[in-house]
Amino acid sequence: MNEALWALGRGTGVVALLLLTVSVVLGIVTRSGRPLLGLPRFSVTLVHRNSSLLASVFLVIHIVSLFFDSYAQLRVVDFFVPFLGAAKPFWLGLGTLALDLMLAIIVTSLLRRWIGRRVFRVVHWFTYALWPVALAHSIGNGSDGTSVWFLALALASVVLVAVAVAWRVSANFIEFGNARKGETR
Amino acid sequence: MSRERRPAATLHIDWTLCDGRGLCTELLPERLARDEWGYPLARDGSGGDVPLAASQLEAARDAVALCPRLALTLRKD
Amino acid sequence: MSGMGGEVRPPRGAGRLFAAPASDLTSHLATFGPVPDGPAASHLLDELQASGLQGRGGAAFPAWRKFAAAGSGRDPRSRGGAAVVVANGAEGEPRSAKDATLLRAAPHLVIDGLLLAGRTIGARELYLVTTAASLPYVARAIAERTDATAIRLREVPEAFLSGEASAVISSLEGGPALPRDKSRRLSSSGLAGRPTLLNNVETLAQVALIARFGAEWFRRLGTEEEPGTRLVTVSGSDLAPTVREVVGGMTVAAIVRAAGGSTDTLGAVLVGGYHGAWLPAERLDTPLTGHDLAPFGAAPGAGILVLLESASCGLKASAAIAGYLAAQSARQCGPCANGLPRMAEVLEKLAGGSRDTALPAEIRRLAALVTGRGSCHHPDGTTRLVLSALTVFSAEVKAHLAGGCLADRRARAGVAA
Repeated sequence: MNEALWALGRGTGVVALLLLTVSVVLGIVTRSGRPLLGLPRFSVTLVHRNSSLLASVFLVIHIVSLFFDSYAQLRVVDFFVPFLGAAKPFWLGLGTLALDLMLAIIVTSLLRRWIGRRVFRVVHWFTYALWPVALAHSIGNGSDGTSVWFLALALASVVLVAVAVAWRVSANFIEFGNARKGETR
Repeated sequence: MSRERRPAATLHIDWTLCDGRGLCTELLPERLARDEWGYPLARDGSGGDVPLAASQLEAARDAVALCPRLALTLRKD
Repeated sequence: MSGMGGEVRPPRGAGRLFAAPASDLTSHLATFGPVPDGPAASHLLDELQASGLQGRGGAAFPAWRKFAAAGSGRDPRSRGGAAVVVANGAEGEPRSAKDATLLRAAPHLVIDGLLLAGRTIGARELYLVTTAASLPYVARAIAERTDATAIRLREVPEAFLSGEASAVISSLEGGPALPRDKSRRLSSSGLAGRPTLLNNVETLAQVALIARFGAEWFRRLGTEEEPGTRLVTVSGSDLAPTVREVVGGMTVAAIVRAAGGSTDTLGAVLVGGYHGAWLPAERLDTPLTGHDLAPFGAAPGAGILVLLESASCGLKASAAIAGYLAAQSARQCGPCANGLPRMAEVLEKLAGGSRDTALPAEIRRLAALVTGRGSCHHPDGTTRLVLSALTVFSAEVKAHLAGGCLADRRARAGVAA
């Protein structure tokens, strides 16, 4: 039983991280206003939203399965308050931090029609903190964290996100950016 | 195609929010084009209140839900 | 129906709003009598309808209809709450001085109108917004009386769009004085979501007169379509901005002369201010009414006339105004923020002597592109001015494309003669 929970916890953690990577990259593509390799803009937005929702589903399974796994020694307080863990408190704390950020971002995204665009946007910026924190947690805390296959996967994700962020801050990022001389508020 | 007598609904564009991301123009290509700056341009020249036929309602609902800037509202007349 | 049983006689002649010899309360009461009170509320609405008074802020919407809409609260989308009345004296248009002049010379009429409007629609909050320069005059007038303590004075910045209705509401709510999306009407969901009646200060001053002397008196001057009097501001061509109260339906030429200007050397008159349209010199006999001005795409608007000498180039003048208007875009709406500077730029090129024959068509294309695509009428108004310039100064356009300038030629001929 413990073995199964352990495997489930590991596997879902890795999948959640990969989905999060996809979501971050597609979120940046959405912001650019451009289609992606034949995928129309509305599909990019849809996949961005769905991959983050799916990531949070995997995250829930990840946490719940490890909670019932005696080896991980998780307590309820570790879900929400970082750096109090019994084992590897720092690395586990990063996971807690990532979960808290994820919760805030998901809730404000689902409620964005009611809370207004400004709150939504400010909280959404925390994704740029969430993603590296989650990645660090997976490397430092995960039992696969330092295995070659995982590090290769992590490296690929880092390159992908780094390229996306570099593009994000480049001059030619926004579609029609060059045509728009009159900057709007 | 015969002319619609009355629009089934109106798609309202809040220009103060619109950033011309182009999703609505993909979902409603028969109603919306894009201008040279990327902002949605009603093909019938109706400005910010675009009349819709019943067959376009579903695409319009998707556009409202997916607009990254929450700039669209659907009004039943 | 006079205020105090015959003691006060209604003003005769065209000097109605400025009939009082001074701006203080004593002169005001001696001239106009007190505000009629009691059951005048429903009666006032009838009188307003019979008077045919239209809004004097520029849109010329029937005043009684605005009152009725805000007062009824029948709009199902209304979030309800006590109604609000706003007297708008922001006057963002740089060529208009009538609101400032009125608030300085007859603040008590505006206050009367604001109080009457509040009573008529059952409002609990009354605001008067104006620029820093006019505030002291209104404050002094409010301090003179005991019935105006409910009026809250608010300052708005002096910018072209800060007088726009939704910009005024936004500024009253503590936001920026910028226009908003118009998906809801102010009459059902205005200030803080409450039914709101926003009127130009001149409209309210006229309401104060109609409440006292009645619709029949109001209509004694003016025409069927343009009843009563209205304030105009005439400026340009060496004439400092001059405010006059004129009888409805007067011709543009007569108004120019009444303001002390001459029509002899004029090339055109811009009617309705920077969002208005040009009237060519040979048509200055056109009455200042919506119907008569319609063929030119113009309207009385806020009563603004800008004079242009025939020795001044209409294209250059229009390009300067278009440039100003482009810079005054609130930069909230993409088509306006991008389209107006582009349109002004092309017109500037044409005015500056470029002989590219594609320019007029490009201006028309851009005009069609931005029209109707903003949260306020700024793109539409700017387009009106620019298209009117191409039409009225069409001979000048041809001359420019041929490498000349008719106005310059006239100026040189004038110097030679």
